[in-house]
Amino acid sequence: MNSVTVRTLLVRGMLAGLGAGVLAFVFAYLVGEGPVNAAIAFEEANSHEHGGEELVSRSLQSTAGLATGLLVFGVAIGGIAALAFCFALGRIGRFGARATAALTALAGFLLLYLVPILKYPPNPPAVGSPDTVGKRTILFVLMIALSVLLGIAAVLLGRKFAPVWGNWNASTAAGVAFVAVVAMAMAVLPSGDNAPKGFPATDLWEFRTASIGIQAVLWAAFGLTFGFLAERVLEPRPARSPASTVTA
Amino acid sequence: MAQSTAAPSSTTQTVTPLPLRTLAPWAVFFGVLMLVLLYFVGAEQGATAVLSGENVHEWVHDSRHLLGFPCH
Repeated sequence: MNSVTVRTLLVRGMLAGLGAGVLAFVFAYLVGEGPVNAAIAFEEANSHEHGGEELVSRSLQSTAGLATGLLVFGVAIGGIAALAFCFALGRIGRFGARATAALTALAGFLLLYLVPILKYPPNPPAVGSPDTVGKRTILFVLMIALSVLLGIAAVLLGRKFAPVWGNWNASTAAGVAFVAVVAMAMAVLPSGDNAPKGFPATDLWEFRTASIGIQAVLWAAFGLTFGFLAERVLEPRPARSPASTVTA
Repeated sequence: MAQSTAAPSSTTQTVTPLPLRTLAPWAVFFGVLMLVLLYFVGAEQGATAVLSGENVHEWVHDSRHLLGFPCH
């Protein structure tokens, strides 16, 4: 258990994130591009401005551009999740490497994505005024920070009461406390932008479910791959006695 | 690696946490680096801009929308 272990886990986390990014790209290309194109069609049919030459063509945006974004995002969350995993391992209860990796990925999906977007959902092109992008970005980042901090607080709370109340009761209490405080924060924070008049609700729904699907694919693929890779670092298979002499 | 005695039952062994002292430098350096990557995918040339122009924004446009970031 030295810094070589941390380095190996970090590298493997980033690789698992890269692989998850590839899968997420395939999903996004197949499922997400339809609603994006529909939104762009709506935007062009309804806008008076726009219409200049485009810097990056739609065919590049929907392929190489989309892939770049998702792969870089995958590597980044893979690295962050691997570091969180290194910290969580052996500190959140009696979980092995794979279970800890799965829980870390689940926590990442919930705290970095699903909880924040319940308040500030993803929007396709044409939804959200460019004038408010600064405010919306700040609120979105704030919501992510809040959800992460409250998530950490909930885990600490659960760990604190586990010896007294038992794991099930302590975890339930921590979960309920998390939901209650997050709900209060969401009630207080200002709302996001409305979709423009006439924007098809079905397209909005399909865009948002595609977004949730992309992140679910990304985090699930990461959690499962990284769990497999991390287990091989941390719990090397007990060498079968006759063959073990080969390695030295 | 130590010698493997008897039957190693992986279910009962507890995992020793990685010491914070070895984790901290990695966490700080790579944590910041990963956040910079997230910034370029998620927010550069949107709410704020380090580089001028619209090229980064336009290039990652679709992924920014679909990952849930406010794009424009």
